[in-house]
This record gives sequence, C-alpha cells and structure tokens, in this order.
Amino acid sequence: MFSRDIWKEIFEAIQKNKLRTFLTGFTVALGIFIFVTLFGMGNGLNNTFMKFFGNDATNIFRIYPSTTTIPYGGYKAKRQIEFKNDDLDDIFKEFGPLVQYLTPRIRRGGVVTYKDKSDNYATYGVGPGMQFAEKTIIMKGRYINSMDVREKSKYAVIGRMVEKDIFKGEDALGKYIDVAGSAFRVIGVFQDDGGDNEERNIFIPFTTRQLIEGNNDRVDQITLAFNESIGYSGAMRFQKQLDRYIRKKKLISPQDPRGIFIENVADNLKRNQDFAAVLKIIISGIAFAVIISGIIGISNIMVFVVKERTKEIGIRKAMGATPRTITSTILLESVFITAIFGFIGMILGIVVLNFIQGKTLEDDYFITKPAIDSGMAIFVTILLVICGTLAAYVPARKAAKIKPIVALRDE
Amino acid sequence: MIQIENLHKSYKMGSNSLHVLKGINFSVKEGELVAIMGSSGSGKSTLLNILGMLDELDEGSYDLDGVPIKNLNETKAANYRNKFLGFVFQSFNLINYKNAMENVALPLYYQRVGRKERQEKALKYLDQVGLKEWADHLPSELSGGQKQRVAIARAMAAEPKVLLADEPTGALDSTTSYEVMDLIQKINDQGNTILIVTHEEDIAHMCKRIVHLKDGVILEDKKVDQVRADQYVQ
Repeated sequence: MFSRDIWKEIFEAIQKNKLRTFLTGFTVALGIFIFVTLFGMGNGLNNTFMKFFGNDATNIFRIYPSTTTIPYGGYKAKRQIEFKNDDLDDIFKEFGPLVQYLTPRIRRGGVVTYKDKSDNYATYGVGPGMQFAEKTIIMKGRYINSMDVREKSKYAVIGRMVEKDIFKGEDALGKYIDVAGSAFRVIGVFQDDGGDNEERNIFIPFTTRQLIEGNNDRVDQITLAFNESIGYSGAMRFQKQLDRYIRKKKLISPQDPRGIFIENVADNLKRNQDFAAVLKIIISGIAFAVIISGIIGISNIMVFVVKERTKEIGIRKAMGATPRTITSTILLESVFITAIFGFIGMILGIVVLNFIQGKTLEDDYFITKPAIDSGMAIFVTILLVICGTLAAYVPARKAAKIKPIVALRDE
Repeated sequence: MIQIENLHKSYKMGSNSLHVLKGINFSVKEGELVAIMGSSGSGKSTLLNILGMLDELDEGSYDLDGVPIKNLNETKAANYRNKFLGFVFQSFNLINYKNAMENVALPLYYQRVGRKERQEKALKYLDQVGLKEWADHLPSELSGGQKQRVAIARAMAAEPKVLLADEPTGALDSTTSYEVMDLIQKINDQGNTILIVTHEEDIAHMCKRIVHLKDGVILEDKKVDQVRADQYVQ
C-alpha cells in the first residue's frame, strides 16, 4: 500500500491537477487557520481576565463606608458612615478565626519631594496586611510592620517607579522624602505585577497618617483577607455575616442599599471567570463550526474530484486496477493533501497569533498573549485529516465499484 | 481460446427489460482475427463487453483460455482483465495527464511490474507501433491515429491472451483507419488473438473471419479472404 509506485501515482495526480489540489488544500488550510486564530484569541481574552485579577490576592473583602439613605435607629438619612480604628479590633474579635489579616487604608494624594525633584503620588496609610492583599513584592528593604504602626513611625515604602522618577537612579533606601510637609524615611522599595501605575504608590503606617491629621482615628476603608480554607460558599456566607455585623454596630438599616459596601474580590473573580468561560465556549463553538464547515467543504470537493475522475477510474479498471487499489490511491491522495495543507494552516495560524500579539491588541481588544496549545492544534488538524478521509472514502468506494463499462460510457 | 455457449443478456430499462443477446454460441481459436459486425442495437458491443469482463452475462457460459468466467467479484474480474485482456476503444481512453509512455506502462503497473522494466517494455511496444519518439508527449499533443496506436501499444504491453477492440477506427479517417488496421494485422501475424467490433465492411474484410450479429443472434459466421491493409498505406 505504501510502495513507491503508489506515491509516484499520487504525486503525479497532484502535480497534474493543480487547481483541484489547490482548492482542496485551501479549504483545509483556511479551516485550520481560522480555528487556530479564533481559539488563540479566545485564550487571549481569558488571559486578560486572569491578568486583571491575578496581581491581587483574591481572598479579599474591601469594606467601604458611604452615606445612608434610610433613617434608622434614631438617625436621619444621609448620615456619613465612618470607620474608626476600634472597628477593626471589633471585627477581629467577632470573626477572628475566619480572618487571615485585617488592614485599614487611608488614601491621600499629594506632592512628594526628594531634594529638588518632586511629583504627585498617591500615599496610602496601611497596616502590614496590605502587602499580602496587593501582592506587593519588596525589592529591597522591608514593608511596614506592626511596630511601625504602633510607634507611628515616619517610614515610607515607595514603588519602583517613584524611586526611578525622583531619585534618578540613586538608592532611595535610608533617604528622606517630604510627604505633605513631613519627612519620611524610605525603608523599602517594591514592585508590583499590576504595572507601572501601581508602582507609583507610596505606603506609610496608617497611624502615622492619623497622627499628621490631628491624631484622629478615622479610617477610609478596611481590607480584610479571609482564610482561604472557608472556600467560595464560606466566603459568601462570611460576607453576609460581616455586613449584618457592621450594620448593627453602625446603626444602618438592613434594608439600606447604601451605608456600607463590601466588595468581594473572590465573587468578582468568579463572575468574571464564569463570563470568560462562557465567552471561551462560544468562541470554541464558532471555531469548531468552522472546522465542520471545512469538513463539509472537503466532502464536496472530494465528490467532485471523484466525479471528474470517473472516466479515468474506468480506464484504470479496464487496465486491471482492483477496487482496492482505486480506493486506496484516492484516499492516500486525500490524506496527503489534507495533512500537508492542514499543517500549513496550523503553522500560519500560530505565526499570525504570534505576530498580532502586543500592546495594541492587549489595550484595545483585551486580548493578552493569544495562543493555542500545540496539542489542541495538532488534534484539530488530525481530526480534519480523518474526517476529510472519511468524506473521501464514500465517493471513492462508490467510484471503485462503478462498472468500467459505465465509467467509460461517460463521454 | 474463447468458448461461449447459449449466452443471454438483457438490460432493465425502467419497467420493461431489453433482451439484447438471445442465445449466442461462439468460439474463437488462438491466433484468429475476428470481426464482429452488425448495425447499432444488434448487441455487438454488449457481446464485446461481456467478453471483456466489463459486463456480466445473465445466462449461459463463457470460458476464456480454459478458465470459466462466472460470478466474478470486482477484484477477481480486475485481475483476469489484467492477465487475459487488452482493450482498444473507439475514443482511445488514454489518461490525459500521462504521457504516451506512462499510458502504455499503466497495465504493467497493475501487474506489479517494476518501474524500470515497465518503462523498457512500454518503450518497446511504443517502438512497435512506431511512436518511440513520441514517448514523452501527452495525448493532447498526438493526432487521432497516433492516440489509437498508443492505445494499441498499451493493450499489447500487458501481453494479453486476447485483444478486444471496440470500433478502433470509428473516430478516424479512412487513411488513418488503414494504418491502424495494418498495425492490428501485423500484431495478429505474430500469433495474437484479436476481436474487433466494427460496422464498416472494409474494416471487417481486413479480418480473417466475420461474425454478423442481428437482433441479438448470430446471423452469419464465415471465414473471409483477408484484405491486407498495407496496400492502402503509403
């Protein structure tokens, strides 16, 4: 079956029937190409979703205070809710075993100066737990610790870009920067996978911020990390309990849509992952539909090819070709063409995916690193080859069964 | 060589069937050159197709070189055709994307003859029909007579027991027809058995025996004095 002669016959048939070969090959290559690019884009979309959330911890609640809209507990509506330091202590007392860590956050913008260089940066008053919540990576020095918080030390941890912008290549560690009129000693420099903007932040102990602002105990926002072992449903339950607890403590109506707001990062992540998964299923569906239409295309072409060759098959049979030889020659030809062109389409698709990936695609179309794993690409190519062969088998078998007398009569 | 007894063949045409061959008894010895004559619809082509195992008989028996040809499956029929028979058709039936030599070599390919030997043999038979220099020409580059000579070379290449020719001169002008007949006569002179279906009297008289078919029966089966074709060929 795999003798050199058969291959010579096949190559000859391919060579002498260029248009036919091209049409078949083009259908196959296009099908695989579209599949690979579409599937790769789907993966790219998924990557973008993963990236949005990948650089922060996901076992996080962010608790924001806001104004009430319903009068409750003797208070009128439109009351601004505020968090204080003791709220953190109370939450920890109430939910201790569920809590991994708890940290306040006080955000302030302002000019930061080192020597004659200055720029505007966001400064966050935080506790040590914030390092885990933001997945901050310390490059040198250290992060804020609980001693700094207790002592209200004037220490700052600055982002890599801050060091780059205002220190001009100088080592920032141990140097003093001016933040809102106070001198802070740089104790650490960090980097963050979230990008340049996240590396233009400055962290200081929240107690120091409170000290500067008249020794108050106000907190903008509370970030809470729950124990990951409680799982997704545990987290959803915990969120409800926490909401109820704070509303009770702060005298906010349980029916008030505002007053406080708990952002559940895990829930957000799950929703987005679900969305990305659905999107990927849709794209995969389209991609497979393309493959199926490719298979139908090949079937049509093969029917046509066999019809076109009916007379030739008749001649060959009169010369003593057995049905088996006829079928196997047609099938091998089909396998050969679909395999070669399928491979070309696959490679082209991968090349195009590599070529189009980059900043524009990432920023404008939310497609990050579009790629298809090679196993999938090869699987689909082989699938198309097999289906193409099956599609060729039916007309080939039929042609091989035609009586030569009928085939030859076909003038 | 060929032994046919009480051969019947009918075709189904919709609801009614057409009885084409109605009891043919007929035999051919080795080395004969037989013309099968008859008007269209007389059953002569059907007879040839059955002889060529391109079609199956309904009733009767057919022995070819002592082998009963009966209930053949496609594969067996193909092998017998390859071993016993060479075909020459009215419309030449060359494969248009293969050159003359490759066309001649085709039956040898199905005999699983090696490539080199195939080419040598093909060239030898092309030389016999006087077309050695045209070996690498495509059928489209050949004249009608040349195409038929290539087809004859192809039929001979397999060294068959019987050569079957269906209106071999039907698509050719008379000069070319005589050239082809001259070739066929020479092949017959070498001892090959040949059957020709024709409706042309002059072609039939270039054979050694004429079988007249009418309405599915043999009307007349006579030996004739062969007219040599070379006298008409310059």
